[in-house]
Order: sequence, then C-alpha cells, then structure tokens
Amino acid sequence: MSEENVHPGMNLGYHGGEHEAEVKVFGFWAFLMSDLVTFGIVFAVFGTMVTATAGGPGPEEVTNLHSVAIQTALLLGSSFGFSWASLSMKYHPGQRWRTLGWLAVAATSALCFLIVELIDFHHWTTIGAVPQRSGYLSALWALVGLHGLHVAGGLLWMAAMTGQILVFGLTDDIKSRVTRMGLYWHFLDVVWVGIFSMVFLAGVA
Amino acid sequence: MSLKERLLLDAKNQEEKEERRFYTLGLVLSIVLTVASFGSVMTGLVPHSWAFPVLAILALAQIIVHLRIFLHIDLTRQKREDLQLLLFTVLLLGIMAFGTLWILADLQARMM
Amino acid sequence: MNGLFGRLAWSDLKLFETFMHGVSIDTLVAAGAAWMVVLGGVALAAWLTWARLWGPLWRDWLTSVDHKKIGIMYIVLGFVMMARGVAEGVVMRTHQATAYQGGVLSEEHWAELFSTHGTIMIFFVAMPFITGFINYLVPLQIGARDMAFPMLNQISLGLTATGAALTMISLVVGIFETGGWTAYPPFTGADFDPGPGPDYWVWAILLSGFGSMFSGINFAVTIYKMRAPGMTYMRMPVFTWTALCTSILLTFALPPLTVACLMQALDRYLGFHFFTNDQGGNMMNYANLFWMFGHPEVYILILPAFGIFSELTSTFAAKRLYGYTSLVLATMAIAVISFCVWLHHFFTMGNSATVNAAFGIATMLIAIPTGVKVYVWMATLWGGRIRFLTPMVYMTGFFIMFVIGGLSGIILANPAINWQVHNTQFIVAHFHNVLLPGTLFGILAGVHIWFPKAFGFRLDERAGRITAYLWIAGFSLTFLPLYIVGLMGYPRRSAAWDDPTFLPYMIVCMIGAILLAAAFTGLFVTLWISVRNRASLAVPMGDPWDGRTLEWATPAPPPHWNFATIPSIAERDAFAREKAEGRPYVIPAQYRDIHLPPDTPAGMIVFLTTTAFGFAATWWIWWLAILAAVVLVGWVVVHSFRNHPEVVIPAVEVKRVNNAWIEAIELAQGGITRDDEDTPRNRGYAATDMMVAS
Repeated sequence: MSEENVHPGMNLGYHGGEHEAEVKVFGFWAFLMSDLVTFGIVFAVFGTMVTATAGGPGPEEVTNLHSVAIQTALLLGSSFGFSWASLSMKYHPGQRWRTLGWLAVAATSALCFLIVELIDFHHWTTIGAVPQRSGYLSALWALVGLHGLHVAGGLLWMAAMTGQILVFGLTDDIKSRVTRMGLYWHFLDVVWVGIFSMVFLAGVA
Repeated sequence: MSLKERLLLDAKNQEEKEERRFYTLGLVLSIVLTVASFGSVMTGLVPHSWAFPVLAILALAQIIVHLRIFLHIDLTRQKREDLQLLLFTVLLLGIMAFGTLWILADLQARMM
Repeated sequence: MNGLFGRLAWSDLKLFETFMHGVSIDTLVAAGAAWMVVLGGVALAAWLTWARLWGPLWRDWLTSVDHKKIGIMYIVLGFVMMARGVAEGVVMRTHQATAYQGGVLSEEHWAELFSTHGTIMIFFVAMPFITGFINYLVPLQIGARDMAFPMLNQISLGLTATGAALTMISLVVGIFETGGWTAYPPFTGADFDPGPGPDYWVWAILLSGFGSMFSGINFAVTIYKMRAPGMTYMRMPVFTWTALCTSILLTFALPPLTVACLMQALDRYLGFHFFTNDQGGNMMNYANLFWMFGHPEVYILILPAFGIFSELTSTFAAKRLYGYTSLVLATMAIAVISFCVWLHHFFTMGNSATVNAAFGIATMLIAIPTGVKVYVWMATLWGGRIRFLTPMVYMTGFFIMFVIGGLSGIILANPAINWQVHNTQFIVAHFHNVLLPGTLFGILAGVHIWFPKAFGFRLDERAGRITAYLWIAGFSLTFLPLYIVGLMGYPRRSAAWDDPTFLPYMIVCMIGAILLAAAFTGLFVTLWISVRNRASLAVPMGDPWDGRTLEWATPAPPPHWNFATIPSIAERDAFAREKAEGRPYVIPAQYRDIHLPPDTPAGMIVFLTTTAFGFAATWWIWWLAILAAVVLVGWVVVHSFRNHPEVVIPAVEVKRVNNAWIEAIELAQGGITRDDEDTPRNRGYAATDMMVAS
C-alpha cells in the first residue's frame, strides 16, 4: 500500500500500522454516515413540525440572527483551528505543543459556541419558548440540542485527546485517533451549516 | 545535511504550504458563502419566495466546500470508497427525508 | 417510596401477584413467570458455583473478543430469549382458544404478552441469531482472523444483552409495555400510560439498537477491508454477501428507530410534543419513523437466512450455486428497495391514493428479486446429488411455506386489499409465515450445518429430522388457520372474540402452538442426545458436508486464530476448488507469529452500566442513572489511557496445532463419501468426487 492510500492528516510512514489506521478511519466514516442519517431524520421531523407552533412562539420569536452569526463564526473558527492542529501533527510531530496549542484554540472556540448557544436557550425559556410549549419548539430544541450535545461530547473527547498526547506523545495510534476526531469535528460543522440555513435563516426569511 | 535530505525537507515544506493555502481557501469560501446566506435574509434583497431555494443552494455549496477541503473527499481512486459511502448515505437519507416530508404533508393536507 | 428507589414500590414485584390480586390463572401465569426468571437465575448461579465455572466463564467467554465465541454467545442468548417467546406464544394461543367472550387472561396481561412476544422475538431472538451467525461465519468465510473492531464487537453483544436483560427484569419488576411491539403513541405516551412499561421498552430498544448499529458498521468494515488476498467481491461466498447487505441495512436503518425512541423518551420524560395528541404533536410521525426502520429490519432478518439457504442448496446438492451473479444483484436490489416501501405498514393511516399507490408499487417490485432467489435455489437443486439430511428438511419446509407467505405479502401490497384485511389475523399469519419458515428455519438449518464446525461433533440426525418435521407441522397448524379467521374479520391483538365460528380454528391453532413448543423442546433433546453421543458424532477434521467455502478448510472447532496462514483465493468456492485440484490441506512452507487482540471486560462493563442505567431511568432512580453514566464514560476515558498489548501466538505453537491436524487427515483411511455423511464413519474428512472415482 502506498502512502497516498492513507487518509489525510496521517503521515505514518512505511513501518506498518497504515492498514489498521485506514480500517479504523473507514469504520469511523461509516459511523459518521449513520450519525448523518440520524441528524437528517431529525431535520425531516423538524420540517414536518415547522407549522406546529400551536399558538406559541414561532421562528420569528426564537431566531436571533446576530447570535446565530456569532455561533457560526465560532464553530467555523473551531473547525479551522482543528485543521491547523492536524497540519501541525502531520508536519511537526516532534513539537507536540504546537498541535496542543491549536487543539486548545479549537476547544476554546467551541466552548464559546456552546456558551452562546446556552445563552440562546436561556433566552428562549424566558420568552416561554420551552419545548413543552409546542411541537415546533420540541423539534427545534431536539435538533439544536442534539447538535449541541455532539459538540459537548467532542469537547470531552478533545480533553481526553489532550491528555493522551501529553502521556503518549504523537504516536501512530494517537495520530489515528486525532484524525478521527478531526473527521467528527468537521462533520459537526457541516451539520451546523444545515441548521443555521434551514432552521434559523429559512425560519425568518 | 545531505542533498537528498534537504530536497525532502524542501518538498515537505512546500507541501505544508500548499495544504495551508488549501485550508485557508476553504475558510474564505465558507465565510463568503455564510455571509451570502445571512446577507440574503438580513438585507431583504432576495424576494421572499426565492429565499428558501437560495438558502438551500448556498448551504449545499458550503457543505460541498467543507467536504472537499476540510474532510478531504475527492474523486481520486483512494477516496472513492469514502465518496461512494457518502453518496449512498445521501441517497438513503434523501429517500427517508423526502418520504417523511411527502407522507406527513399529504396527511396534513387531507386533514384540512 | 422515597427517592432512593424512585417510583419503585414493593407492589411492583410480580413474585407476589397471587397474594395481592387473588389466585387466578392470570395471576398464576404472571407470578409463575416471575418465579421462573428468579429461580432460573438462582439455579444457574448455583450450578456455576458448584461446578466452579465462574472463572472459566469469565476468562474464556465473557471477556473474549474471539468472533467465534461472541457469535456463539449471541446464539445462546437468542435461544434463552426464545424459550420465553415460545412460552408466551403457547400461553397466548391458549388464551385465544378460550377467548370466546372472555379468556383466561386479563386484558392487560394479554396486551403485555403480545407486546413482549413481538419485541423479544424480533429484537432479542431473531436479531441475536442473525448477528451471531454473521459473527461466527464472516471472518472464517473471507479468510480473516477476526472482525475489524473486536472490542466493539464485544460491546455490541453487551448492548444487545442489556435490552434482553431489561425485558427479563420487567417480568419480575413492574410491567412491560402493552402497546404491541411497535409501541405506537399516544397509547404509549405519558398521558395514557404513565407507568414503567413503555419506558422499559424505550430503553431496551434504544440501548440494544446502538449495539445493532455498531454491529452493522463492524461487519461492513470487516467485509470491505479484511478480505484475504484474491477474494474479490464477486468471489465472496453468498452468505458473506447477504451479511454485507444486512450490515448496510443495520447501519442505516437503525437511526430512524433511535430517533423515534429518543423522541418518545423526550415526550415521556420531559413533556415534549412530538407524538402527543395536543400542542402540535403528531403521532403519525411515529408510525412513519418506526417503519422507516421496521421495513429494512424485515430484510435484516431474512437476508442472512437467504444466504444460509444458498450455501445449503449448493453444498447439499453438491453443485456450484446456479446464478451467483443474479443472486448477488437480487440481494443488493432488495437491500436498496427495502428503504422505499415502509408506508405499506400503514396504508390505512389516511394517505392519499397517490402516496399509497407509489408505496404499493415499490412493495410489489421487491417481489421480483425475491422471486429470482427462489428460482436460483430451484435451479441449483435441479440435477444435483441431494442428500436429504436435516438442513434439507428445513429447506423443503422453507421452500413451500415461504412462497405462500411471500404471495400473501404480494396480496397485502395492494392498498385496496390491505384496507380490507388491515389489523386482522391475516397480517399475523402473513408475517409469521415469512419469519418462521424464512428466518427461523434458515437459522435452524444453519445450526445443523455449522454446529459441527463450532463444537467438533455433528447433531443427531434422527432427532434433528423429527424436530424439523415438528417445526413444519406446528407452524402450519398454528398460523395457516389465521389466514382464514383473518379474512373472516378477526382483529389481531383483541383479547376476546364474539363469532363462534372462529372456535374450531382457534383450537387448531392451540394444538399447533403445543406442537411448536414440542419442536422447541426437540432442539434441546437433539442437543442432549448429540452431546451424549459426541464421540461417535465427532468430526475433528472439520469438513463433514464436503463444504465449498473457506470455513470448512479449518479443523473443528477452529483454533482461536482461524487460519494458520492467511489463504490466497483464486476462485469462488475456494475450498471446493482446492479439493477438486487435489491440493487441500497443504502444510505451509513457513509459519509466522500470529497477533491477536487482547481480551477485555469492555462488553461486560457496558452491559452492567447500561442495564443499570436503563432500569434506573425506567423507575426514576436518578442517582443510579447518573452513577451508571459516569462510570461508563469514566471507564471509556480511563481505558483509552492504557496500553493494550496484543496477544502473540508463537509460530511454533501454530505449527504444532496445524501440523497435527493435517497429519491426522493424512493418516485417515480415505474420506467419507457424500452418501455416508450421516454415519459414524464421518470424521470430517470429505472424499471429493475425484477420490471416490479413483
């Protein structure tokens, strides 16, 4: 197997391990695709419930485009920060602090995203836009909340990865894990593109 | 440092630079498309009936940018399995999402 | 009750049902079942202690990541749960036979029975059987040492066992869900059923669903990436093909079920309005989501059985499979079309004729590839030298019965007819008619074929054949009359009926159910007789049926590492070709060390924590739920910080085991001819046609 066959972000050389790493990355792709179907179905359910506001707050009331724009920027920044971490890992595996630094940038940005999102959630509860109010709000909270939970889980994962890099250094195994984490992280940004376009922007357009 | 090593290092530096440029291109494209999406709604330039298709197309474009640049999906032979998997997923998801919307909209129309 | 036990009260213990609600057949059945679970568990624990088997059980089985052992554990789990499912079936048929304006069971108990029966038979019998077979066979058939992700494989088993454990616990503590295996809200919503039943269901299905999804990913990646050199897609054994399609279905069909379960949980626990009657909720969306999973699920269960029948026909007719390519294409077509037909489960929900017609046509389309398969099997059998052993008995039963079941499916695919027989016993007859002769007969035939591979001795032919005939007769008597009473208008799931003309049919059904119980017992009798005579039934050389695929090119049982050297494949039916060319069982020029994944308690930790979580969430014991979640996540994090060195089997050891096996074959005085396969002379060394001719 030649080196080009190996997934991006990896530079494992010729001394074994590529096949295993590739199998793991492919398996993780399959998991992400299964997760994509999960998100897609929640999107579809949201689509069927857009009009089910039952007299409660609708898209106009819950959408704060400034907040959504900030969240979008933060998540995109986080995704980009992770790309830089992948590049550092690939080209400067000796300097683990470089990778860790970019991971910290990605994590901080994502943490800010979550905080802004939580402020939005809090705002919704103050205007009575709680999920118990209507089918529309149930679907909204479920969809945005599912994405938020994925981000929170990703942060936990990133914390664990940071610890592992500190303990083990950038070994082949760790590189393969960071690569998979990267797929997950960029994937969440793709889902967010769907959310800000189809849920928030389309809701008030 | 031997010549061979230096050449290798140069190639590696060059490759790193190219990859950085590629990621930056992705960032710029994403920002442009995001601004276009928000702008089309916030400025009210796009007529109401056109808003949804415009947003959908911009979102699709940005998703493709993300897949191509951040997730490294391309048409080369090595990535073909990933691409096939992705396209198959999109097909099934399309069937399920379209079916859901069709079935539920039909039911709703008949209850009016 | 205080916060320590959530909403759990002493009165929820079913063990004392007869004291609390008086002695009746109804309470006796409930209390008896609860005691059976408790005493069964205690007896098992006592026996394990007495025989000092806890250690071996833990070391050799529960912590093993060997795909063969995991496969066997799945199948054992399936049989344990099947005992309950069959027992429930017999109780239900007894109730129905007495249900003229009443019946021996209370209405709620009856509802609980048909709900648990369906849930168990689909999720905790059929699914473990299928997953077990795929686990056992796929790595052996593609020439791999294990699955792509051995630890994940064990975790999947743990999650499946969690679901099964929660349904078993519900037999002792509280009540299971009463809205059928589909658990449609709003009947199962918080407004109409605030009790623990639907919560048990939600957690059992959700947690085991994650396990199934992980299995699907694992199998698909294994088949994509772990095939032996030379094994191209079109050289894969048919069972592996069906396993691949099933894994794809598992990966993509489980998400809708996960979403439906999560939304149902949000509705029930947090007062969301996805499927409620009010505030914009839409219960029809639940039916939509459930069947988006439910229909592919049907094919998840049937495709591997088709794979087993394909291997069976070509092996027992001693011919190459006729129309391999068409069979593969048909399987793939079925896998994709199965995602386009889900609405046929709710034609009567009120969709317009256009929608109904579209899904009706798609449903009829799926009959075409299925028909292709039936013709492929017929053409394979045609002109073959068929040995009528137990698997062929099941095959014959399948052939006749499954075609009837399939035809009734075509009838149901027509929305106009579907409206007439919707929600009647006709439906019950139809899906039992495809699931029993299809999936179950396939599995039982598979057990007869591969049991010798897994355990080193064949199953007794006579007992096996009698059991097979009992299954066929029991099935026919139990379910074929339901077509008639269904057409006469007997609604399914009703606790009582008013039309006296149903009576004779229901008595026939009850007799059939007793035959089915006898058939189920027959399986264990067969096992008992075979274990007793295992010396004369032994087939240590590993090829008792003149097999065609790679798994037969190993000793029985195969060593932990499957293959001493990874085989290189030049043609479909790799082992058959080697035998035809007269060069099977070659001692390799060189042996290498073999690296295997280490044992791990991961599966058991996942099983224990998720079971505790599911039980705690059902009974609102929040401290326990949080504790279980924290332990699970904490363990995963801690685990990822440890190094897990692989187990190395030294080349000398591999050489010793493999050479001993090949030398035994060389010492054997000629192989066994096909006609003598059911005699004690069968030691698992098949005489090929060439050897017989010389």
